[in-house]
Amino acid sequence: MAWLAAASPAAAQSADAPFVAALGELPDAGFADKEALVARLVETGHSSAGAVLTAMLEDRLYVRNSDRRVFISTSADDTQPSLSLLDPLTLKNAGTAPMAELTKIGTNNRLRRVLRTTAARFALANPDASVRLAAVTDMLRSLDDATAELLRQRLPQEPDGAVKRQIETGLAMMAIGDSNPTVRLAAVQALSSRISAESRNRLAALLERGADGTYAEPDEVVRKAAAAAVNSIDTTRAVYSGVETVFFGLSLGSVLVLAAIGLAITFGVMGVINMAHGELMMLGAYSTYVVQTLMPNHLDWSIPVAIPVAFVVAGLAGVILERTIIRFLYGRPLETLLATFGVSLVLQQLVRSVFSANNRAVSTPSWMSGTWQVNEALAITYNRIYIVGFTLVVFSLLLLVLRRTRLGLRIRAVSQNRAMARAMGIRSGRVDAMTFGLGAGIAGMAGVALSQLTNVGPNLGQAYIIDSFMVVVFGGVGNLWGTLIGGMSLGMVNKLLEPYAGAVLGKIAVLVALILFIQRRPRGLFPQTGRAAESA
Amino acid sequence: MRGSLLLSALPRDGSGRAFLGLVAACAILVPVLNLLVPASSPVHLSTYVLTLIGKYLCYAILAVAVDLVWGFCGILSLGHAAFFALGGYAMGMYLMRQIGPRGVYGNPILPDFMVFLNWKELPWFWYGFNHFPFTALMIVLVPGLLAFVFGYLAFRSRVTGVYLSIITQALSYALMLAFFRNDMGFGGNNGFTDFKELLGFDLQSDRTRVVLLVITALALGVSYLACRFIESSRAGRVIRAIRDAESRTRFLGYRVESYKLWVFVFSAMVCGVAGALYVPQVGIINPSEFAPINSIEVVIWVAVGGRGSLHGAALGAILVNYAKTFFTGALPEVWLYALGAMFVLVTLFLPRGLMGLLPERRPAAAEAS
Repeated sequence: MAWLAAASPAAAQSADAPFVAALGELPDAGFADKEALVARLVETGHSSAGAVLTAMLEDRLYVRNSDRRVFISTSADDTQPSLSLLDPLTLKNAGTAPMAELTKIGTNNRLRRVLRTTAARFALANPDASVRLAAVTDMLRSLDDATAELLRQRLPQEPDGAVKRQIETGLAMMAIGDSNPTVRLAAVQALSSRISAESRNRLAALLERGADGTYAEPDEVVRKAAAAAVNSIDTTRAVYSGVETVFFGLSLGSVLVLAAIGLAITFGVMGVINMAHGELMMLGAYSTYVVQTLMPNHLDWSIPVAIPVAFVVAGLAGVILERTIIRFLYGRPLETLLATFGVSLVLQQLVRSVFSANNRAVSTPSWMSGTWQVNEALAITYNRIYIVGFTLVVFSLLLLVLRRTRLGLRIRAVSQNRAMARAMGIRSGRVDAMTFGLGAGIAGMAGVALSQLTNVGPNLGQAYIIDSFMVVVFGGVGNLWGTLIGGMSLGMVNKLLEPYAGAVLGKIAVLVALILFIQRRPRGLFPQTGRAAESA
Repeated sequence: MRGSLLLSALPRDGSGRAFLGLVAACAILVPVLNLLVPASSPVHLSTYVLTLIGKYLCYAILAVAVDLVWGFCGILSLGHAAFFALGGYAMGMYLMRQIGPRGVYGNPILPDFMVFLNWKELPWFWYGFNHFPFTALMIVLVPGLLAFVFGYLAFRSRVTGVYLSIITQALSYALMLAFFRNDMGFGGNNGFTDFKELLGFDLQSDRTRVVLLVITALALGVSYLACRFIESSRAGRVIRAIRDAESRTRFLGYRVESYKLWVFVFSAMVCGVAGALYVPQVGIINPSEFAPINSIEVVIWVAVGGRGSLHGAALGAILVNYAKTFFTGALPEVWLYALGAMFVLVTLFLPRGLMGLLPERRPAAAEAS
C-alpha cells in the first residue's frame, strides 16, 4: 500500500508534465504558435485544460511578470487594482497580485474561434446536464460549421431530454442554410415548434427580401412554411409575454396590497391617518437585517424567523405610538396626520443614528433566489412567486382574525359603534391599542417582504406611503377586499402601462388617474354603507 | 378708494402691527447693515446672512398663504410646495433665458441642458419667458390655473378632510416625478442654476441681493395685508364658517365650493410669488422642491407659529427655519429629532401654536386703539 500512495502523486506529476510544458510556452508564443499550444493542451487530457482554455477565451489568463508563470484570474475586469488568482494546475486559490505585476495573454479572432469550439467541446462533455444545456444554448447564439459538427456528434450520446431538444434546435437552425429544399422544409417544420427568439429570427430571416427584390429563401413552399411558423411562434410568444406582464402586475400589486393592508386596518377601521406607517415597514425590514446578522450561518431560516420578529417589533412600536400619542387625537384626523408625520421623522433619524444612513445589505435565502424557467419565452423569479403567496396568506390570516376571533369581533364592534361597545363591557381603549398594534405588525411583516425587493435604508418607508394611501382610498376605506382588489388592479395597470409610457410616466398617469377617480367616487371602489359610513 | 381698502385691512391688534413693524424694520435695517456698515464692524451683516433672511422671508410668504387655506378655511393642503415650486420654475425659466450666450455651450437661445440633450429648438412652452412681464404673469397664472383645475374638481365633488390632503400630496408627488424626467424640458433632476442676471442686474452683486430682499419683505407685507383683508371681509367670515361647519354653511345657502376654490387659487398664486422670489436669491431650483415633505414642513411652520394667525404663521416659518439652519449646522443628527418632536408636541400641547401662548386679545382694547 505504501508504494501505491507514493506512486500516485508521481503519476500525476508525469501527467502534469506535458501540460506544464505547454503552459510554460504560452507567454512568449505568437498567435499561430498559441493555436498549436491550445491543441497540445487539449491532447494532454489534463483535468484543468477546460478551465485554462475557457479562461483564455474570456481574457482571464495572465502571466506574472516576475517569474513568467501563468495564472487564471477569477475576474475578467481588468480595471481593478489587483486580481485574485487561481493556480492553473490545481485550480486552487493562489493569492492576489496587483494589476501592474500581470500581463494578459492576448488572443485574436482566429484564436478565439478555435478556443470557443474547444471550450464548447469540454462543456458538452461535462457530466452536469445543466452545464451542457447552458453550453448548447450559448452555442446557438453563434452557430457555425464547427460548432454544428460538435452538436451533431453529441446528439446520439446525449442522455438528457432538454439538452437533446436544444441540440436538435441548433441542428435545425443550421439546416435552414442547406442547399436542399426538402432539408430546409424539414428544418423549418422542426423550428416551428420552438419559441426561442433565436429560432424565430432565423425563420424570419428567410422571409426577408434582398435589395434586388428576391427573397432570401428561393423555394416558395419553404417560404410559406416559414411564414406560418413565424406567425405561430409570434402568437405563442405574445401569449407568454402577456402572462409575464400579468404576473409582474400581480407581484407589484401584491407588494402594494402588503404595504397597504396594515393601513387598511389603522386608517380604514380606526380612521387614524398614520403617516408613520411606512416607517413601521422600515422597522420590519431592519428587523430582517438584524435577524440575519445574528444568525449568519442559517440564512435560509432567517426569513421565517424574521417574519414573527418583525411583527412583534413593529406591533410593539404601534402600540406605544397609539398609547402615547394617537389616543389623544381621536376625532382630529388632521392633527393625527401631523403628529404621526413627526413620529415618522423621528423613526427615520433613529435608524440613521443606530444603523447609519447607508443602505444595509439584506441577503436573499437560497430558496428564494433564482428563476423558474417555464420555457424559452417565460421565466419567473422565485421571489416574486413567494411575495404573491405571502400576500395572500397574510390577507387570509387577517381576514380570519377579524371574522373569527374574539379580538376581531371587538375590533369590529368598536369601529362600528364605540359607545355601544363600551356599554357592552368592551374596554375600547385596549381594543384601540390592539387594533393599532395589529395594523403596525402587518406593516412590519410587509417590511420583511420589502427587504427582499428593495434597498433597506432609512427612506424605505417614504417610497411606499403615498402608494399605500392611494390603494386604501382607491379600494374604499374600511373594506379589506377593496384594498386587495384596489392594490392588485393598481399594480396591474402600472405594469400594463409601463411598456407604452415608461415606468415614471406610467406611475404619473396612474397617480393622475387616481386623483380624478377620487373626485368621481370620493369613497373609493367599495364604499362603506350604512350608519358607520356617515360618521367617517 | 385703494387707500381705504388697504386701511381697512390694517391690523388693529397689537401683535399684527408689531409683525408689520418687524417686517418693515427688516426691510430697512438689513440693507443698511449690509451695505453701509463696514465689513469690519461687528454689526455688519454678511451676504450669507442676507441671503438666509431673504430665504426665510420667502418661506414666511408661503406660510401666510398656507395659513389662509388651512387656518381659516380648514383645507389642509399637503401640496402647496408644488405651487411654490411652479412659481420658482417660471422665474427660473426667465433667468435661464437671460443667461443667453454666456452659458457653457454659448447657445444664444437654448439653455445649456437642452444643448446637452441635443435639442435643436426651444419647446413651445418656453416661448415668451425671455420677457419679464410675461414671466411675471406666468408666476401667478400657472400655479393659479393648476389650483383652479384641481380645486374645481376636488371641491365640486366634495373631497374633504384627509382625502383632500392625500390627493394634494399625490399631486405634488406626481409633479415631482414628472419634473425629474429629462424630456420634460425643465432640466431634469439638475433643474436650473448658474443664473446670471435679473432685469439686467447682476445676481451676484450685494446690491441686487439687498434689493431682492427689500422686495421680498414688501411682498410679505402685501400678502399679509391681502390675506388679512380677505380674512376680515364678509367673505372671510363665510370662509371661517366653512372651516367650522361646512354642511351648515351650505344649508344656509352659501356656495361653499366657490368660496373654497377662490381662497385656494389665491393662496396658490401667493405661493407662486414666494417661489419666484426664492429662486433668484438661492440661485437654484430643482424638482426636489416638489417633494411631499416640503409641503408638510410648511404645515408644521404654520402649526408652530399658530394656525389661524397670519403673523403667527409667518413667525413660525422664520423660527422653524432658523432652528433648521442652526441645527443642521451645529448638530445635524439632532435636526430630524427636533422637527419630529415639534410635530408631536405642537399638535398635542399647543393646538394654537406659539400665538396661543400670548394672552388673549381683549376685544375692548382692540376697538379702542
